Amino acid sequence: MPKREDLKSILIVGSGPIIIGQACEFDYSGTQACKALRDNGYRVILVNSNPATIMTDPEIADATYIEPVNWQTLEKIIEKEKPDAILPTMGGQTGLNVSLDLATRGILEKHSVEMIGANKEAIDNAEDREKFDKCMKELKLETPRSGFAHSMEDAWEIYKEIGLPCVIRPSFTLGGTGGGIAYNLKEFEEICMNGLKLSPTKELLIDESLVGWKEFEMEVVRDRNDNCIIVCSIENVDPMGVHTGDSITVAPAQTLTDKEYQEMRDASFKILRRIGVETGGSNVQFAQNPEDGRLVVIEMNPRVSRSSALASKATGFPIAKVAALLAVGYTLDELKNDITDGKTPASFEPTIDYVVTKIPRFNFEKFPETDPRLTTQMKSVGEVMAIGRNFQESFQKAVRSMENGLFGLSSVLKDSEGNGALKLELSTPGEKRLWYVAEAFRRGWSFDEVFDSCKIDKWFLHQIRELIEYENTLLELDLADLDKVKLLSFKKKGFSDARMASLLNVSEEQMRKHRYDLKVHPVFKRVDSCAAEFDSSTNYLYSTYEQENESVVSGNKKIVVLGSGPNRIGQGIEFDYCCVQAALAFREEGVETIMINSNPETVSTDFDVSDKLYFEPIVTEDVFEIIRHENPEGVVVQFGGQTPLKLTDEFEKNGIKVLGTPSSSIDTAENREKFKSFLSEFNFLQPENRIAQTAEEAKIAVDELGYPVIVRPSYVLGGRAMELIYTDKDLKNYLTTMIDISADNPLLIEKFLDDAVELDIDVVCDGEDALIGGVLQHIEEAGIHSGDSSCSFPPYSVGDTQLHVLKKEIKAVAKKLDVVGLMNAQVAVKDGKFYMIEVNPRASRTIPFLSKCIGTSLAKIASKIILGKTLKELGLGAEIMPTNYAVKAPVFPFNKFRKVDPILGPEMKSTGEVMGQGDSFGEAFGKAMRGAGETIPKTGNVFVSVKDTDKRHLPDLCKKLINLGFKIIATKGTAKALEGTDIKVKTINKVLEGRPHIVDAILNKEINMIINTTEGRQATKDSASIRRSALEHSVFCTTTISGGFAIVESLEKGAKNWTFKSLQSS
Amino acid sequence: MKFDVKLLLENGISFEGIGFGYQKIGVGEVVFNTAITGYQEILTDPSYDGQIITFTYPHIGNTGINFEDNESKQVSARGMIVKNFCDFPSNWRSKQSLEEFLIEQKVICISDIDTRHLTKILRDEGCKVGAIYPTKNFTDEEAKFEIESFGSIEDQDFTENVSVKEPYNYDKPKNKRTFKIVAIDFGIKENILRILQRMGGDIEVVPPSISAEEVQNMKPDGIFLSNGPGDPQVLVNPIKEVKKMMQLDIPIFGICLGHQIMSLAYDLEIEKMPFGHHGANHPVHDLKNNVVFITSQNHNFAVAEPNNRNDINITHRSLFDNSIQGIEHNEKPFYSIQCHPEASPGPKEFETLFKRFFEDMNA
Repeated sequence: MPKREDLKSILIVGSGPIIIGQACEFDYSGTQACKALRDNGYRVILVNSNPATIMTDPEIADATYIEPVNWQTLEKIIEKEKPDAILPTMGGQTGLNVSLDLATRGILEKHSVEMIGANKEAIDNAEDREKFDKCMKELKLETPRSGFAHSMEDAWEIYKEIGLPCVIRPSFTLGGTGGGIAYNLKEFEEICMNGLKLSPTKELLIDESLVGWKEFEMEVVRDRNDNCIIVCSIENVDPMGVHTGDSITVAPAQTLTDKEYQEMRDASFKILRRIGVETGGSNVQFAQNPEDGRLVVIEMNPRVSRSSALASKATGFPIAKVAALLAVGYTLDELKNDITDGKTPASFEPTIDYVVTKIPRFNFEKFPETDPRLTTQMKSVGEVMAIGRNFQESFQKAVRSMENGLFGLSSVLKDSEGNGALKLELSTPGEKRLWYVAEAFRRGWSFDEVFDSCKIDKWFLHQIRELIEYENTLLELDLADLDKVKLLSFKKKGFSDARMASLLNVSEEQMRKHRYDLKVHPVFKRVDSCAAEFDSSTNYLYSTYEQENESVVSGNKKIVVLGSGPNRIGQGIEFDYCCVQAALAFREEGVETIMINSNPETVSTDFDVSDKLYFEPIVTEDVFEIIRHENPEGVVVQFGGQTPLKLTDEFEKNGIKVLGTPSSSIDTAENREKFKSFLSEFNFLQPENRIAQTAEEAKIAVDELGYPVIVRPSYVLGGRAMELIYTDKDLKNYLTTMIDISADNPLLIEKFLDDAVELDIDVVCDGEDALIGGVLQHIEEAGIHSGDSSCSFPPYSVGDTQLHVLKKEIKAVAKKLDVVGLMNAQVAVKDGKFYMIEVNPRASRTIPFLSKCIGTSLAKIASKIILGKTLKELGLGAEIMPTNYAVKAPVFPFNKFRKVDPILGPEMKSTGEVMGQGDSFGEAFGKAMRGAGETIPKTGNVFVSVKDTDKRHLPDLCKKLINLGFKIIATKGTAKALEGTDIKVKTINKVLEGRPHIVDAILNKEINMIINTTEGRQATKDSASIRRSALEHSVFCTTTISGGFAIVESLEKGAKNWTFKSLQSS
Repeated sequence: MKFDVKLLLENGISFEGIGFGYQKIGVGEVVFNTAITGYQEILTDPSYDGQIITFTYPHIGNTGINFEDNESKQVSARGMIVKNFCDFPSNWRSKQSLEEFLIEQKVICISDIDTRHLTKILRDEGCKVGAIYPTKNFTDEEAKFEIESFGSIEDQDFTENVSVKEPYNYDKPKNKRTFKIVAIDFGIKENILRILQRMGGDIEVVPPSISAEEVQNMKPDGIFLSNGPGDPQVLVNPIKEVKKMMQLDIPIFGICLGHQIMSLAYDLEIEKMPFGHHGANHPVHDLKNNVVFITSQNHNFAVAEPNNRNDINITHRSLFDNSIQGIEHNEKPFYSIQCHPEASPGPKEFETLFKRFFEDMNA
């Protein structure tokens, strides 16, 4: 059946900001869907609030709305665009939930919009646990023994039936938010109460615990002729009990016989049919009892997902693209398999001849208050994938892709820590469980002891044990003993040069030299979806140590673009966006583009994006081998964030050309002393700072600078361990608990610019001329990490004259620094003076946002400049001035981490961002808040409690709030600041002042909004329960005074008056 | 026990690797199978007699060997080629390691070679006769001699090695209504018998030498022609007898080699394919119902395109290469299929095909 001709325009719902459980995999799938549908002649309307996505580039859809993804906004857009259909399955849980809202509220029916890909009934059947359970019963498939609770009383009833431990899952929450395993009654009550609160339907599923069972996932695609295929099976190395997003997983499944595999395959198809997924991709999760093979269905998702993105990358079969085309009526046999150059149809099941390992990446270090144990609620922020010709190779390649300083199964336990600690690590998994497994083998634990403690399937345990045996043999050897045959046997198992070097007690360089001397190099194999049964010319490649090299090197001019590796807080989708732009720009210029990346969620690892894709770890060893083979013109490091930048020195040392800004400039910008002298000829001040190598030096430095100060270890990403210090006590505390200060690890202490306005400036420079991309004003004052600060474009409270001076200076800085490509500067403005906080001669986090604001891709321009074009040649002279306001707002993962204080500071904690646009700053800010999932109340009680330095702003803010109809409630101290004004204030106790206090009032729903600013560790600690309660009870809370003013502006504008314009129409 | 081992192909290309299993020389036509699961079923599939199997999936042996999944009592393949040989299985049903099984079955295995490279050679140049041999027991010259003596798969009757010698009655079905089926065994897979029996087949398994007259005397409700190894064209007598059986107006159903024999009995021609179909992911288009089945495949010969034939219909085609996968007679209840609806290993969705046989017998 060919495509449907009755549909002309299709609305695609994006997934909104990057949050835990919903990352850039939906940019990958959404982009594929948009492209595929447009190629087939449909008008595509896209809604997504996330500006850092490729999908929101104006070329991807016909009408792009960077607006909040909720039913209210979508209704307005539907009214305006009148689409024939809505495709809800590309935007993750968000897309599905919002589409369901539209259907439930009759909006789709009212506007005759057909839901394609999945209908309301199918979504309901899959998402509503009670209905799902019923469907499974009809199919005679087992589900865990379980019950549904809509109240605590129900929950206790179920507990009586199934006992403990049990798994608690709230319905309709994302990435299992609010779920968990209860081992005792206290935990049971806690998780149930919390879950009932979080579930939009106030529903909990309480399951018998299958902890220790094996876990599998099947990626299924179905077309409207009922042709079903399995694209890929996935096996979790971590048994049940750990969310699949947090598990190390392997594709394909390793420990299933054909009989068991086929049982899962058949069950998956039956489930899709019964749930009612007529077309598209879904995944089905199973648990299997390792004792007797009993199979239990855990859940299914009637949409593309994180695992379908993984399956697509693991097999080369583009699930999202195919799913989009099936939704408009094609059948699988009508579609071609792109990777075999269309020689085979899409109606087959990919078969692979390698092993794929995915390892999740966590950021627990940023949330020290939370328990870093893995449970059924997802907590990882990113992932890596690696491909090898056996599990060990793919696993060890994935390990070094993680960029956490580990290049293999190094010891993570201190010698002093005993077997008790090890046992605990094995039985209550944290992010490094497999390293502890390795440690147990290293310490000579018996195989069964290890298995009994962790229940990881013996097949995987054996693989780890064997790696440790290999490592042990190295300890006995000298480098010279390692002949070619022996070395190859290690390389085939994926051992990195770095790991081998440390076991042999030599440097990585020595190890590499030895390997090169022995002429031991990897070859490159193709990912072709068919295990070489058909010829493929698609350059989707991975390295391994074998015989035949399939990577044919062309004679073209070629450039290597290094990606940004796993998503983590501080380095996310923004950098993948820039890498993709670079690849597209190079291809536009006719240069062969070679992409290297290890993150399966990304658009950059779509084999369509570059001429050649190497799915490889971004570390020296693997990158060098590719460069050695390809011999490119040079490498581009400025788009992928810190990951590639870190390699710059190594490139220089080894004669590999870094294209664009010279590495000496990077050094000047990063070396504090050099930068200080560099800056001396410009009109910038620098916040006074000191370097301390001991605690004593730190104290002296602070005494000289005076409080408050910002402290940070000298070389950090995303503001790691950065803190604002107000008192001696705080300083002492920081030095003893937060970091190990030493000569190798000096501390940078900087005078904090209280009350300054912070600006972010992005600029493109060709060495001769510079173009200001734009100036963004942070809404939160200096001291909040720039990644966590909302910002406005254009600035809303800095004068034009001042901006003019600043831009001129920044351009001069870029030229003087020999920037070729992008540069970002962070500047604080205080009392009319400019303070240079830092300069980064590379793509910044704000590039995609800014590019969306000005309608020009700055990363693309930079790429062309890197190729030697000048701004003049590109016809770019004048800065593009904005026609309206845009606000970027960060999104935080606080709700995933119990007990964490949701306060902002110098350490970055946000996972993603949204953009709001409007005619005024107020509208843009309001939309950004809405996009971030916050609802600003229109009226009610505002609780205000502010730090001393903010008190002078308080009367003004409160007056404005009262004019808007709010009532003010304040702590006694804050109320005092309002004495003498005519502002009516009701006072309330702080938590420490006795009851009833502010938290009681929050729990009693007497507070509608909170403005709470603090300073100093103690005050912050004392007030944490206010912010935490606000978070848990969805009370809108801002922790900066400027945030308070922004809210007022947005309320003054009023959401009623919002207008929605597509990027293409403005 | 590991040993040094070599694979030599007739074109002189050789691979050195690590040996597992039984230390002898294994000679046969080297083919590749792309299935990820099911090595136990593949190894015990009698259709692989005369062949050496390259597994493209790089971990083989992970789930060991159990007592339920064999497709015949013995391994018929002459050898196996894998990338990583797993000698530490993990599966709740596993009773034996793959290595123990290979030693017991006297089968040699070469591992640790670039199987993808080998696969590409076979894909581009066609299947090759080859030999796997422990280098301490055999010289290259000896191996070359063995390869030459093996000759070509096309002139040999391998069904003799794997078919039943005396007729026997398979376990009786438990169904109320049963059908008497004569199953001619050219190397029948156990799962075909299991399915036929489950659906009510009271099966008499007979050797390939059976005559049409003998079959007639058994008064069957239906005749089944099994899968089996090698070139169908050497099976001159069975083809002749099947032609006669077609005069009996009893439903006839053939799978794989059985399908080729029926095609030859229709006077169609058979072609040798360059590297055949061996895998569990092949799409087959059901032309009548316009649906696609994912199927298990294992054949090196295919039925050539017929010219102007009105008596038969092509019912199924491969979506990989458009080759003929199913044929039925226009008037008579004869139909046959090239792929393996009995799966084992592979997708089970095509099992529905057996239904028609029972409907025809019921008619």
